[in-house]
Amino acid sequence: MSDASAAGRFLLGDHSDRSLTAKIADIVLGRRPRRGWLAAFGAAAAFTVLFLTATSYLFATGVGIWGISVPVVWGWAITNYVWWIGIGMSGTFISAALLLSRQPWRTSINRFAEAMTVFAVAIAGMFPILHLGRPWFFYWLVPYPNIMNVWPQWRSALEWDFFAILAYLVVSILFWYVGMLPDLASLRDRATSRRAQIFYGLLALGWRGEARHWQRHETLSWLLSGLAVPLVFSVHSMVAMDFCEGITRGWHSTIFAPFFVAGALFSGFACVLALAIPLRAIYGLHDLITIRHLENVAKVLLAAGLVVDYSYLMDVFTSYYSGDRFDTYVTFWRIAGSYWPLYWGTIVCNALAPQALWFAAVRRSPAALFFVSVVIIIGMWLERFMLIVTSLSRTFLPSEWGMFYPTFWDWAHLAGSLGLFAFMFLLFLRLLPMVAIGELRGLLRARSGSGS
Amino acid sequence: MSSESVRYGLLAEFGSGDRLIRAAREAVAAGYTQVEAYAPLHLEGLSETLHGSPRIRIALLMLLGAITLGVATYAVQYYAAVFDYPINVGGRPLDSWPAFIPPAVEMTLLGAALAGVIGTLLLDGLPRFHHPLFDVPRFAHASSDGFFLCIRAGDPRFEPKATRRFLSGIDALEVSEVAGE
Repeated sequence: MSDASAAGRFLLGDHSDRSLTAKIADIVLGRRPRRGWLAAFGAAAAFTVLFLTATSYLFATGVGIWGISVPVVWGWAITNYVWWIGIGMSGTFISAALLLSRQPWRTSINRFAEAMTVFAVAIAGMFPILHLGRPWFFYWLVPYPNIMNVWPQWRSALEWDFFAILAYLVVSILFWYVGMLPDLASLRDRATSRRAQIFYGLLALGWRGEARHWQRHETLSWLLSGLAVPLVFSVHSMVAMDFCEGITRGWHSTIFAPFFVAGALFSGFACVLALAIPLRAIYGLHDLITIRHLENVAKVLLAAGLVVDYSYLMDVFTSYYSGDRFDTYVTFWRIAGSYWPLYWGTIVCNALAPQALWFAAVRRSPAALFFVSVVIIIGMWLERFMLIVTSLSRTFLPSEWGMFYPTFWDWAHLAGSLGLFAFMFLLFLRLLPMVAIGELRGLLRARSGSGS
Repeated sequence: MSSESVRYGLLAEFGSGDRLIRAAREAVAAGYTQVEAYAPLHLEGLSETLHGSPRIRIALLMLLGAITLGVATYAVQYYAAVFDYPINVGGRPLDSWPAFIPPAVEMTLLGAALAGVIGTLLLDGLPRFHHPLFDVPRFAHASSDGFFLCIRAGDPRFEPKATRRFLSGIDALEVSEVAGE
């Protein structure tokens, strides 16, 4: 009985299998896109063109179009990379961890969170390649027998990163697609136009809902979830090792891997909220994405935020405790040097703003939650940039010290990547089921008290 | 009705998941052995009722995939760093195993996931874009709100009239013939 009441809290309204299927499938199969969707899609496409333009110019000219130079050789491209991949950590994590812990509130938010992961990781994966001086040689990261008789540098964290991103992207896509298979079959069977029938028919692989298939599907989902959780932690740890394997002060610290993982989950949960709140309002999903869903994500967000706060404290403490003059200096430089607005901006956005989530009134107000999550997403970008630029601008040799100033093309790649994400996400909303219909049916069944 | 037109089997629709599970139990109790069930969601225990426990375990396939890709990744690194292109970096051992573990771990996880997905699809017999059941118009509901039980024509106890009577007797809403390829 407790199952039924738990399910009832996360699925409101008078629904049947048929009405649930119709509600989600008709968003996709409805003939004409909404006017708002078209406007957003147009804007996203424009920024995608900006991204392509900036990238073409980058390929033609070189990384000098950005503000990077000696000593700050990693600029916004690496900031964007770490930020995007951090956002990409939480979709798969939230979906897998909530499945493993049997949380009924997973069902309405897992699909678009997984989509968010796939797109964010795909964008993140581009930035290190763009940042290569000669990006057309990126395939040298792949170990393959070649006539040049060279191999990748196996002892470098950058090489580990390549394997980590590859594995994570493929596993995330598989996890997303496997979960979507039954819903693609629903779309195939509801579609009335020939084109839609062929499109979804091919994607659904002929899924027909046989009991044995469902049983294997269930087993596979559980096992993939079990793999996805450690994968998330390992992948973002590799990203952190890109930093801490170097002897740059401010980076060379064993705290970096857990610090980065906490930050990644933090920004990712914020992004889940920032997407869920508008989706729910625009597509009228109030029955499926309830205030309780938002409240639960907000609590997880607050917990992740506290881990991030602890990391900030420990980062300062370990640099003091190390007794290393250079390390202590970089910490002072972060807090009170020329880049102080970055540091304090980070603290305001990531440490102070989430404290509002202690209050139930904030957790239950979609507008306030949306505001807090956007502030956190911005704060996490500031944090990534602050960590990169403050350490690099103060090297061991004072004669080498210098500042970083972004150029137009830095802005173009940042804005363009946001546009590209929006472009892919809007296509996802229009072409694929944004909520897992098959799992909602399970929730409906649990709510009616059957299946014991 | 001629048995010619039911080369695949008889498909019966039931009103809910619970009725389908009950019908599956009754079909098994009546001695039918080639019975398939179709539902728009995972119904706990339905597959076990009809088909017993699965013989090939997906977890085992995934373990094999994990070991294969993990060991292969380590082996490539070992071969490259020890035999094909040995470089002495500050006297460190050529087989720098701590540095070779991260790619091997990532590929272990990837191997498990790939083996799981590919293995599941092979066991399911998917992709299979056409199936005799898709010719039954009502079957389109199997992906939204229809619960179906199909007794295959190959079942030793299958007899068109008697089986149809049996299905109607266990509360089937509608019984259709499935023609086959």
